[in-house]
Amino acid sequence: MIKIENLHKYFENKKVLNGVNLDIEEGTSSVIIGGSGTGKSVLIKCILGLLTPEKGRISIKNNLIFENGKFKKNSKIKIGMLFQGGALFDSLRIWQNVSFYNIQNGKNKKLCFDDAILNLEKVGLSKDVVNLYPSELSGGMQKRVALARAISIKPDIIFFDEPTTGLDPISADVINKLIIEKVRDIGATSLTITHDMSSARTISDKIHMLHKGEIIWEGNKDTIESTDNPFVVQFINGLSEGPIN
Amino acid sequence: MTFIGYFSLPVVSLTSFFTGGALALQIYYGGNQFNSEAIVSSIVALGITRELGPVLGGIVVAGRVSSAIAAELGTMKVTEQIDALKTLSADPISYLIVPRIISGIIMLPILIIFADIIGIMGGWFIGTQSLGFNGSVYIQNTVDFLEVNDISSGLIKASFFGFIITIMGCYQGFNSNGGAQGVGKATTNAVVSASVLILASNYIMTNLFFAS
Repeated sequence: MIKIENLHKYFENKKVLNGVNLDIEEGTSSVIIGGSGTGKSVLIKCILGLLTPEKGRISIKNNLIFENGKFKKNSKIKIGMLFQGGALFDSLRIWQNVSFYNIQNGKNKKLCFDDAILNLEKVGLSKDVVNLYPSELSGGMQKRVALARAISIKPDIIFFDEPTTGLDPISADVINKLIIEKVRDIGATSLTITHDMSSARTISDKIHMLHKGEIIWEGNKDTIESTDNPFVVQFINGLSEGPIN
Repeated sequence: MTFIGYFSLPVVSLTSFFTGGALALQIYYGGNQFNSEAIVSSIVALGITRELGPVLGGIVVAGRVSSAIAAELGTMKVTEQIDALKTLSADPISYLIVPRIISGIIMLPILIIFADIIGIMGGWFIGTQSLGFNGSVYIQNTVDFLEVNDISSGLIKASFFGFIITIMGCYQGFNSNGGAQGVGKATTNAVVSASVLILASNYIMTNLFFAS
């Protein structure tokens, strides 16, 4: 579904992605783990076209979307994204946020409003919130609204950037379960980046570890517990001593 | 348009009124007081419509609008709202920038029409209340002296200033980074760069309109 080959990204002289190779199968939930500053968010932003890599290839659904330093537009692939902070539009009401894509594409506003209520219900929010602004909601509710917005376009692929960051453990578990359910409901392929191991174990079919801009380990939630890779062992156990400085 | 135009009207009106009044006093006390009624009214009208109305109005609006645009877009940038727009297939240029620039280009001349009228009224008020001029003669002198070119040149300038104010706000906001500090820096840079560009472009346009 998503194939990344030898992807490089620099910021001035700092090498952030150093030849990333990644293959994500259709219909699976993959999680990329890694410490802060290892390039996880940069990798997702490169796939989304928000950042331009220096070299490498990115293919989605067998369509080459990035090669030789250039993106090729492919409007057939729908991609949803749940940003770390939600990234809801402050100036728009909740229903306008959820149905933003449809409003921009000229869909009838009444239909968009009704659609927003349905999508909010899917993430466990009542219609009482539809006319509120994002600042009037708690962090957990904002994440749910952002999830409703991401699934409202019925994406083929959905990215989650640190979906549980900043949430209490119960809200984080609610978001994890919603991610599993909703991704399954819409039949999308998902890619999540996180350093929350509890979240990674809950939502992943496959886990990849990124360190210093390279994928250094791949496995699943069972094999990660038995691996002897010192980087993975240090990371999942939260040890200060080890090969990760 | 409401934010740039309607909500800027009070501050632009006050600036223009006091500038018109101060200009009337300066011309009266600084010049020959013989035949001052005609001189004060005509120079106030010229000064306000050609220069002070659009320039001071533009700088006041730059302080209010350019900073607000930079802060809003800067916050959107650092909270990834602009990235979110792109992922939802919306073009940030046409969604965020173009409407603001169009509003600036349209609303600034409208604001400056009010600024011109209120500035002249400021001169009239000081002239009649403080300097003992006859009100109707003052207005008649103003009307007789002003030409369409005086007003239209100011409005063309205002339209260009509207472009400068909004484009600098958008540019600085879009290019902000580094969190709250970056947004603060973008806001300051937007006001400073818009103000300097207004003054510089005013000189160039004055030269173009009136040099020949």
